[in-house]
Amino acid sequence: MHWLPPQASTFASEIDFMFWVILVITGIAFVIVEVGLLWFVIRYRHRPDRRAYYTHGSKTAEIIWTAIPAATVIVLGVWSGRVWGEIKRRDRLPANAVRVAIAAKQFEWNVTYAGADGALGTPDDFTVRNQLHVPVDRPVVVDLTAEDAIHSFFVPVFRLKQDAVPGMRIPVWFEATQVGEYEIACAELCGLGHYRMRGMVHVHTQEDFDRWMLARAAGGEGR
Amino acid sequence: MTTAAVHHEAAAGGHHELSFVRKYIFSTDHKIIGIQFLFMSLFFLLVGGLLAMMMRWQLGYPGKAVPGGGVLPETMASGGVILPEFYNSLVTMHGTFMVFFAIMPLLVGVYGNYLIPLKIGAPDMAFPRINMASFWIAFGAGIIMLAGFFATGGHAAAGWTSYAPLSARSDLSGVHMGQVLWLVGLIVLGLSSILGSMNYITTVVNLRAPGMTWFRLPLSIWALFITAILVLLAMPVLSGALIMLLFDQTLGTHFFDVSAGGQPLMWQHLFWFFGHPEVYILILPAMGIVSDIIANGSRKPIFGYHSMVFAIGAIAFLGWIVWGHHMFQSGMNPMLGTSFMISTMVIAVPSAIKTFNWMGTLWRGNIHFHTPMLNALAFVSMFVIGGLSGIFMASTPVDIFQHDTYFIVAHIHYVLFGGSLFAIFGAIYFWYPKMFGRMMSERLGKVHFVLTFVFYNLTFFPMHFLGMTGHMRRIYDPTQYEFLRPYQGTNRLITVGAFLLLASQLPFIWNFFWSLRKGAKAPLNPWRDNGLEWTVPSPPPHGNFATTPTVHHGPYEYSSPLTTDDYLPQNQEVRP
Amino acid sequence: MRRMMLAVGTVALCVACGGGGGGDQAGGAEGGDQAAPAAAAALGTASVSGNVLFTGTAPANPAIDMAEEPACRDKHPEGPRDPEVVVTDGKLANVFVYVKSGLPAGQTFPAPSAPAVIDQDGCLYHPRVLGVMVGQPLEIRNSDPVLHNIKAVPTVNRGFNISQPQAGMTTTRTFSDPEVMVPLECNVHGWMNAFLGVVAHPFFAVSGTDGTFTIGGLPAGTYELEAWHEKFGTRTASVTVTDGGTATVEFSFAAN
Repeated sequence: MHWLPPQASTFASEIDFMFWVILVITGIAFVIVEVGLLWFVIRYRHRPDRRAYYTHGSKTAEIIWTAIPAATVIVLGVWSGRVWGEIKRRDRLPANAVRVAIAAKQFEWNVTYAGADGALGTPDDFTVRNQLHVPVDRPVVVDLTAEDAIHSFFVPVFRLKQDAVPGMRIPVWFEATQVGEYEIACAELCGLGHYRMRGMVHVHTQEDFDRWMLARAAGGEGR
Repeated sequence: MTTAAVHHEAAAGGHHELSFVRKYIFSTDHKIIGIQFLFMSLFFLLVGGLLAMMMRWQLGYPGKAVPGGGVLPETMASGGVILPEFYNSLVTMHGTFMVFFAIMPLLVGVYGNYLIPLKIGAPDMAFPRINMASFWIAFGAGIIMLAGFFATGGHAAAGWTSYAPLSARSDLSGVHMGQVLWLVGLIVLGLSSILGSMNYITTVVNLRAPGMTWFRLPLSIWALFITAILVLLAMPVLSGALIMLLFDQTLGTHFFDVSAGGQPLMWQHLFWFFGHPEVYILILPAMGIVSDIIANGSRKPIFGYHSMVFAIGAIAFLGWIVWGHHMFQSGMNPMLGTSFMISTMVIAVPSAIKTFNWMGTLWRGNIHFHTPMLNALAFVSMFVIGGLSGIFMASTPVDIFQHDTYFIVAHIHYVLFGGSLFAIFGAIYFWYPKMFGRMMSERLGKVHFVLTFVFYNLTFFPMHFLGMTGHMRRIYDPTQYEFLRPYQGTNRLITVGAFLLLASQLPFIWNFFWSLRKGAKAPLNPWRDNGLEWTVPSPPPHGNFATTPTVHHGPYEYSSPLTTDDYLPQNQEVRP
Repeated sequence: MRRMMLAVGTVALCVACGGGGGGDQAGGAEGGDQAAPAAAAALGTASVSGNVLFTGTAPANPAIDMAEEPACRDKHPEGPRDPEVVVTDGKLANVFVYVKSGLPAGQTFPAPSAPAVIDQDGCLYHPRVLGVMVGQPLEIRNSDPVLHNIKAVPTVNRGFNISQPQAGMTTTRTFSDPEVMVPLECNVHGWMNAFLGVVAHPFFAVSGTDGTFTIGGLPAGTYELEAWHEKFGTRTASVTVTDGGTATVEFSFAAN
């Protein structure tokens, strides 16, 4: 059974790759410890003529099993820091991005589009409930906020998650790589409707996206 | 710090006969207080488990009436079908009862109280009456916490982490009185913990018997001592945050309400500044106890005793600077994420050191598989899984996907159940003879262990896979999402595992209560252990030691070349 | 010491139970349709009947995007719209009309045990505007196979926020104080709105699609009536009735 969701954004594959590498590293540690434990308890189980080997330890062993984990986590840390910075840094958002604002509230995602002029905060903006339409292969920057409780904007196939906090405007970016429809989930307990705070990302070709935007901006349907 | 113990024979209470109430209910004897905490905490462990069963029912069979659920009031369930707001309360109260009223008091309240004076050679705690107050305050906190279920609007439903603004605003959560009772209950419990920790620290510093130097202390005592320092420093931070939230709920303040200048993120910083040391409070005593039991079961000194002490200290120290790893996706400055990520990665190292030292203890040992040892071995093997899964979340990019999913739930339960709870079971089996003067049934103990181990893994290991799918936490009905529907079978499997896990506790409950009356009378030292507690009767008299013992060597002199026996109690001199 | 503990524990439990606030399951008989008043406590034999007119062009009701809720969307084959303004041939529906003053001082009216019923169907409240007496059970039903939460946001009464995740669930609540109007909302479907007129007497009605309403059982006298609409505000009128007689009254609203 396939567990990780499909990848539909540019950084999804990088995050999954990190996941698999960490799985391999921890897997090796897991095997060493569990097999070691099992072997020791079988090999050194009590027998009537046994006496345990009296020792208080080994400095060499301590150094080895301190240094190797330390080196491993430092490498993982440096790598993680670099990838993290690429994804979450707010002062280096991608250029030429489509801008969208999302206000999370109990229990819906209110998506505000920039309209025909392409700029948010102008009179031709319009808001749609729960439907995020974006073009494929183009960066999108979401200005994320919340109106009441803390929510969390989560698109599993993008490997994207960002808490939406009242009083804060948090920019979050992604670039979708596949046309399709993907679910948005809320990933922070926000009340009794938290489990149903479901939205949909519609990734279009650029042409379809432009067409949709024109139709909607010209007074299309929907509260 | 002095290495000389102060004689406190006077604290033994003289020779007048105490009434039943003064002896067993309002007792100042650390052993009775420890046993009181034991009964109270085991009760709350069961309560927490039952709440989880209801959650698992809803997750396994969403929207189906719970068998017998018709008795639930219509504010909790409609025709036996759990309502979403009640589900959120279940999630909240399961976590709250388990963390604050089960695991923490089982480790710190029970074994801190019971073991510290006995294992350091003292007649009682430094402040026996404060000790008594500490228990009864905790008891009161438990009553307050249970009362929340009867509140209009239901019990607290914002998670055991109680994030604001959801927890601060009744118009968002639908809960007012329940949240207030939750806050008051925890504030009261905090007082109990702070009093207890102050007592433990004073006792360990001042009341060690002659010869009981710092580096002859058993690791269980080192762990409990360092844990007490963590409690003393961390609980007041929680209390402060709880009081601010309580004021927001009741006095119209706006500490966490952004519309009036408050800061939602401040709650998270305050809570997790307490919350991360709290999880080390929940694991360090377990690690210390496991060290004692593994050395005993292997008939071998602990491998790397000094490294083990250093590792406890390192974990405790580093635990103060990692709290932001709970907040990577919170909206705080991502640069902070990087710094917290580094400290979190580093804290993996002392845990690794401890794991390898436990393996070193087993290596070339002479291993006896008594029930406490089985549980201690389960601790090591399961805690490792929990620790390794933590590395995934420590990596900030991977955490983007895994935050608030079942991967976290798996991690929590591998360290808290696979770790702390197995250690607690080990401790209960190990010290029961000393506490109650009776042996528990070894056979039932092994049955309990095997069933628990199997069904525990059946319940919690699949949660790692659910987490990989992106399955969120605290979700009343996962089938509302297309991307989660294919994995509903896994949810059902976990639910079945959970019910079997609960059923597996029956042999333990039976064994515990039956042995109180019918267990074989316990000898002085059934495990042939080195600790000072095994040199006094089972159970020990008030005042513990007829004369203050003198300690001659460290706690783990098993299979020493100086003795023919394979153990050497700490107060026993070696004939040359 | 022990007795004190017992007392403290009991007090804590009592404090937790708090004050009432409803929550009992009503085995409701069918009650209250959209336009008729609660007839339980007739005091007299006079009645007022009337019309609510609307002049001008009614604004178009906004369309609702139910894409995320196909189970509800499929109940509106012509495309769902939010019925904020319901005008038919110059008549305005969903106007809440009630006696604002003029009843004998100190007169109390027992609340009927039959509930006022509000249903959620197609992700809309039915009726949109409903009158209920103080102390009368309000029965809330879910006819949709989806989660609705019903959040009452009163200013005088104690509010509530309850969920009904499945079709067929019913919940009952009561109000303890008069309040015109108590808004109801659903947070899962943010377009859902209903309005409750909570009054301490049975003399109220909601205008139907034909604009008509009737309030019966009044004692002879002079009364001030108020008509409330969610978009167009309130109008008042004075009316005098005699025993056994019927007075007519007309309210007029207009597009702004």
